[in-house]
Amino acid sequence: MAQTTFEEISAADFFYRNRDIAGFTNPSRAIFAAVRELVENSLDAAESLKTPPDVYVRLSYEGEASAETQIYRLRVEDNGIGIPPRHIPSAFGQVLFGSKYKLKQQRGTFGLGGKMAILYGQITTHQPAYITSSTEMSKIYMYKLMIDIQRNRPLILDRKVLINKEQWRGTIVEFSLEGDYFRAMPKLLDYFKQTAMVNPYANLTFVDPKGRLYRFTRVTKEMPVPPKETKPHPYGVDVELLQRLIQITPSKNMLEFLKNHFHRVGEITAHKFLEFSNLSLSKNPKKLTHEEIVRLMHMLKKYKDFLPPDASCLSPLGEDLLKAGILKELKPEFVVVHQRKPATYAGHPFIVEFGLAYGGEIPKRGNFIVYRFANRIPLLYDEASDVSVRVITAMNWRRYRVNPDMPIAILVHICSTKVPYKTVGKEFIAGRPEVRREIANGLREVARQIQHFMSKREHVDRERKRLGVFSKYLPKIAQFSTRLAGKQKPPDIEKLLTSVKKYGAEETEK
Amino acid sequence: MAQKKQRSSILERKKEVLESLSGLGGKIYDQLDNGTFPSITMPSRSTENIYYDPQVRQFILGDRKVKRSARNIRHVKPFAQLTWAALFSNELTSQCKTSTLRDVYYSAQAYEMTFKDQQESNNIVTDLETILGFSREDFSIFPEERSAIFGDLTIEYTVPGYEGRTMNLTSHPDGVMIGPALTSSEFVKTTADKVIAVEKGGLFTRFIEESVHKKFNSLLVLTAGQAPRATRHFIRRLNAELNLPVYIFTDGDPWGMHIAMVIISGSANAAHLRELNTPDAKWSGVWATDIVNYKLPTDPLDEVDMKRLYELQKDPRYKEDPLWQREIKTFMKIRKKAEQEAFSRYGLTYIVDEYLPAKLEETK
Repeated sequence: MAQTTFEEISAADFFYRNRDIAGFTNPSRAIFAAVRELVENSLDAAESLKTPPDVYVRLSYEGEASAETQIYRLRVEDNGIGIPPRHIPSAFGQVLFGSKYKLKQQRGTFGLGGKMAILYGQITTHQPAYITSSTEMSKIYMYKLMIDIQRNRPLILDRKVLINKEQWRGTIVEFSLEGDYFRAMPKLLDYFKQTAMVNPYANLTFVDPKGRLYRFTRVTKEMPVPPKETKPHPYGVDVELLQRLIQITPSKNMLEFLKNHFHRVGEITAHKFLEFSNLSLSKNPKKLTHEEIVRLMHMLKKYKDFLPPDASCLSPLGEDLLKAGILKELKPEFVVVHQRKPATYAGHPFIVEFGLAYGGEIPKRGNFIVYRFANRIPLLYDEASDVSVRVITAMNWRRYRVNPDMPIAILVHICSTKVPYKTVGKEFIAGRPEVRREIANGLREVARQIQHFMSKREHVDRERKRLGVFSKYLPKIAQFSTRLAGKQKPPDIEKLLTSVKKYGAEETEK
Repeated sequence: MAQKKQRSSILERKKEVLESLSGLGGKIYDQLDNGTFPSITMPSRSTENIYYDPQVRQFILGDRKVKRSARNIRHVKPFAQLTWAALFSNELTSQCKTSTLRDVYYSAQAYEMTFKDQQESNNIVTDLETILGFSREDFSIFPEERSAIFGDLTIEYTVPGYEGRTMNLTSHPDGVMIGPALTSSEFVKTTADKVIAVEKGGLFTRFIEESVHKKFNSLLVLTAGQAPRATRHFIRRLNAELNLPVYIFTDGDPWGMHIAMVIISGSANAAHLRELNTPDAKWSGVWATDIVNYKLPTDPLDEVDMKRLYELQKDPRYKEDPLWQREIKTFMKIRKKAEQEAFSRYGLTYIVDEYLPAKLEETK
């Protein structure tokens, strides 16, 4: 019988062994994932200060690594909130250390992103990472560090403190990694463009290894309302959560318990619910038996009159910003946007936003161009499996006088405290019925709007064409008949032309 | 010998054409000047409005009218095209220039007028014919020339540079092309007492070689298949102005028969026009009965030929003279056809020496 040895591995070690999970599958994905994780950290860092983000990314060539891969140096600078000096080593040198474990919409969710990139850099190049940060205090802190993978601890190799004369605030991360930029390039550029689309208030700059500059300039300083932390919604609880809440609650009766720990439950709702579920107001929650807790969970799910979760824990872009972003990056002839009301799946609130852009610089591809976003992150892989794409494909667009041969781009943005990704790779969204329904309804709404636009435009076009025909040919009839009749002065046809125009104006009246 | 006619028909007609063109211009101009959208009413050319009139012995248009109004979005462009076509015709005619339908299509572009295709510009020219009652040849718009004439007829040109010059139509042994210069010329004199029209160039040449014009004292016309409208009008003038009877020889099949019929009674396509037919012309052969009587070598009539015969049987033009119905029935019975060249089985000159005199006598 073979002997099995059990050993505990550190979180860093786990991800070192399973780096595919975090998206570092191959040299080209690795470049993409590293840039993406750091950019998203930077955007979050600026947004948490309500400062329009300025993010600068530089990727420079350092040398050959193998026949197919190269060593690059990645530098990402932001104007974000900065990291207090004592947290810097852990924030970048310890996997699963982070501030992202609360219930509100966030870009990342693992607390992995930046660290995973640095970890990947370290294991491919054995070079330390350089972190510079300031919280706008008088000092700037620079750390040179590596990760002790087995112990999941940062190793500080060097530390410098500089005087912050210019009151700089932000974070700079710089490290080397192995990758394949030229394979990654198309996706990376898509990533920047799409990120710019849903962050129209951000300045993004990217300098690639050939020294090419890509700049995405903000068109607004308006920013979406930042998300608030929130209590769990009654529909989203499970027995485990109920038990934890009961353990920590200071409430002495069920009425207080419901009011204190659940989202959108107030005095009246709590009363009505307790009546509905035949529970006594004064019952001490700590005295609930296991069976009663299970029953409570079922009743919570069964009760129809809880208010839906409000959007305060979510930070959708909003229709105006969405429109601004689409106009800025896609330069369409026309765009419609629509934000659905908050909905829930399994108690998790979510909001879906839609944009549909037509014409202008949008190319005709023989198929709709679909841009997918989750919590303001572009999803660039596994498009065909995504619920949005499936709904778009299944929809009867002809009803809306729209067909895939038209130059149309569709944008779907899902924000949620828990985006229903299908896989750990977080590249596509699962087809949960609630989500699917919201997407379908939202698409119908933008489709109706575009249909309205198309038929109006068709009408205006027809009218313009009609007027064009008269103003082209009436003068010719006048000119030819004058010559044919041997007259000198052409007849005055202004009145006739005006009469056609007036008629036309009435017709185009909205 | 027919004497030179009054110098009238050609110049008179030209004057009339120019007057009606500028009259149309004036009508449109006045409507515009009064602040109204100009409109024109003309007979409908749809098939339901085409009738055969036994009185004039040709197809005519009925009472149905169509109105073209510049007020109508669908009409304003054709209206402009029509006005342009009238102006263009006016300029051509007054400058004594000629042109073709193809030319018209391209010339429009010089006036920033466009036609979608040749068919569209042809239709506009036909509209103009319908409105004014003149054929496009009168507006100096000619088809490709392919028919010819030979015989002792002296004509006097009216085309610029040749005004007053005369020519005898025997001067070239291949015949003289019936083109704009010839159709616009005046007849001066002739010794001929009849016109013989033939369908095919081979027979036309044979007739000249065999001096049919002398032997039968005739003018020879080559229709080259279905006779162009200018040629039909020309044959009519030979008949009307010089009082020459016209005899038509075609192949012995439904198509040849119809070539003769169009010369005699005109076509449905030209129902809006007059003076293209020669009602007194005679179809002299080759008849179906000739095929039997002369024991000509034949080909069988195929399905298309038979179908054509059934169509012609119902055609009102073929009900005028019992000859037609008799010949159609004979064709159907023998189910055979013969070309004019078939007479060559009796020797090259048989057709001239034997057949022709017999048929001229028979159809006199």
